[in-house]
Amino acid sequence: VAAGFLMSGGGGNDVQWCFSQVKGAIDDDVAEADIISTVEFNHSGELLATGDKGGRVVIFQQEIENKSQQQCRSEYNVYSTFQSHEPEFDYLKSLEIEEKINKIRWLPQKNAAQFLLSTNDKTIKLWKISERDKRPEGYNLKEEDGRYRDAATITTLQVPVFRPMDLMVEASPRRVFANGHTYHINSISVNSDNETYLSADDLRINMWHLEITDRSFNIVDIKPANMEELTEVITAAEFHPHQCNTFVYSSSKGTIRLCDMRASALCDKHSKLFEEPEDPSNRSFFSEIISSISDVKFSHNGRYMMTRDYLSVKIWDLNMENRPVETYQVHEYLRSKLCSLYENDCIFDKFECCWNGNDSVVMTGSYNNFFRMLDRSQRRDVTLEASRESCKPRQVLKPRRVCAGGKRKKDEISVDSLDFNKKILHTAWHPQENIIAVATTNNLYIFQEKVN
Amino acid sequence: MINTMECAVDAQSLISISLRKIHNSRTQRGGIKLHKNLLVSYVLRNARQVYMNEKYAEIYRMQQYEEVMTVCNEIQELNPLDLVEDCEEQTGDCCGSANESASLCGALLPVSHQAPSVQHIQPSSACSVPLALQSEEVCKSPDPSFYRSCCAEPYPVSNCDFSPVNNMHCNKTTVLDLDTHVVTTVENGYLHQDCCASLQQCCQGAQSPAKKRKLDFGYYVSEIEEVPDFTPCKRAKFEDSSYACTEPLDTSNISNLISIFGSGFTGLVSRQADLEQALNGQFCSKQALASLGAWTRAIVAF
Repeated sequence: VAAGFLMSGGGGNDVQWCFSQVKGAIDDDVAEADIISTVEFNHSGELLATGDKGGRVVIFQQEIENKSQQQCRSEYNVYSTFQSHEPEFDYLKSLEIEEKINKIRWLPQKNAAQFLLSTNDKTIKLWKISERDKRPEGYNLKEEDGRYRDAATITTLQVPVFRPMDLMVEASPRRVFANGHTYHINSISVNSDNETYLSADDLRINMWHLEITDRSFNIVDIKPANMEELTEVITAAEFHPHQCNTFVYSSSKGTIRLCDMRASALCDKHSKLFEEPEDPSNRSFFSEIISSISDVKFSHNGRYMMTRDYLSVKIWDLNMENRPVETYQVHEYLRSKLCSLYENDCIFDKFECCWNGNDSVVMTGSYNNFFRMLDRSQRRDVTLEASRESCKPRQVLKPRRVCAGGKRKKDEISVDSLDFNKKILHTAWHPQENIIAVATTNNLYIFQEKVN
Repeated sequence: MINTMECAVDAQSLISISLRKIHNSRTQRGGIKLHKNLLVSYVLRNARQVYMNEKYAEIYRMQQYEEVMTVCNEIQELNPLDLVEDCEEQTGDCCGSANESASLCGALLPVSHQAPSVQHIQPSSACSVPLALQSEEVCKSPDPSFYRSCCAEPYPVSNCDFSPVNNMHCNKTTVLDLDTHVVTTVENGYLHQDCCASLQQCCQGAQSPAKKRKLDFGYYVSEIEEVPDFTPCKRAKFEDSSYACTEPLDTSNISNLISIFGSGFTGLVSRQADLEQALNGQFCSKQALASLGAWTRAIVAF
């Protein structure tokens, strides 16, 4: 069980990270609608999608400057922007439904178009993003601008042909999966069969077919008969990357359940229960809050899964249920500050985590715009910062250190100086390359491996 | 055993903060967040656990103090010359070690070997009680005469150490309530008299040192009461409607909860029938906790 130690240098096989790009407004006055709420690379890494609190999705596309050269600097530029969800009002329950995009998940590419699922608290939508770079010209009955010609003036007959035009990227909603959830949706996950996906809310998990919107199967239901007996909720869920019958879901009590859909239609009984017993000496007022799992992610190879709770990241071997194989402290210096973090609501922040392409390094965010790279293979970890001050092109990121107490060394920042309004909740790692996307409140930073 | 040492605020402040969060969540955009409210209810439960332990420990100490004074006075009447000195000597001796008070205030300090949820306050020596009252800031020593009048019925008595100066049996005590002139027999630490009324009295009496906090707490209560925008949830037709509407909430339920809070959590004690039985000398038994837990989740439900 490794805790790693701070080192100078990059994370992940001696990678040094350098600044590549930053997207978003520069000024400190953050419009609430621009707050980034999810970040996701597609399966090839060519596209990077972000969702925000205003219900908007922005997709960036990687443009490789020089594909022939090995040392290329790839830049991500805006590819498509569209309004995915709008605020709604549920008149029956007198509830407003936020348009904030909770999650985006890409479908594997099957043809020229790209597909992604985006969800807010209640409704999941399947979007088709397609390119149009030619248009038909030479109609008989219409002018170039679309106006219909006077029939009397038509004397010839011609066959319209496709001619090139400026590239246009269109996003169109192909499916709307509504009315499937009573509680707030926290996760969506596409199955490896490419036909189904799951959506999870606080108490239930549904399975949908991508083609069918008026029906879904309920596969997990933990709602108690009497709501007063409620003790835990579902916090995240994901399908196994290869086994289409297997999925996991995490709970607010710090447990993860692995379910096999072949066992029964309703997977209320788990196949495996992953739980680490609580350390009784650490018991505090906030023990339940900090043990609540905010994210769960399978490794790419499908043998491990990673969970994130408030203070730590844990790696679990799917074959061992009684404890994680690795535990990493993200910001243990916060343990003595839990009371203040409870008062200012920061203790409820839901941090996500992600794997790199070969499962050797994991990454997660923290406060003060810090994020942590935890190298599993080399047992090293590093803290980096996403800051406007390190925005020179190809500027190497310097490791940061937090001083928990006692004498503060040079270049260290003390716990009390941390800015808890600057939090990195969402990060994503390119599936093949060492390119990472890190979302601060309203900016998206892209960092790349330093190439000499 | 909850470690309260690292927390900057005390249990009662945490309770106020938690209630405020639950209240604010009702007006937040997007509807009540079930997950967050559930987590807040856990903090509420934990804080209340500690608060109750503190309160009961305090009451217990006051009871013990009261009893010591009663006995000393009775002895004084019998043999004014010699036994007063003995008694004072006794209390003086016992009040020597700080360790004993530590065991009494076990509810407050993290002691890993203690049973998880059962706060069994068993003083090693009844004479250690006055020490606890004098030396611990938490155990605010109230005006003794005040307690004599209301906390008339002492709690579990394992005051065998009195034996040198009196003839009481270790496991049986008879006490005369000077106010009501009711005689109570305590056997093996269990009261033979209905303790509910006295408990309520005692609890309210115990609020005297905590009056400052109650004032702060009342601020939050009045804040809640003044909010006019409470929209009663319509009872949903379908079983699967939002949890916020699973019970037909009406303002009377809310005001019940508010009035319970308004009198401090000691008010909760007097309304909980389960607790009354559980409190025959045992503090915060599982039974009491269970009922408190269900009550906490009622908050989440609304």
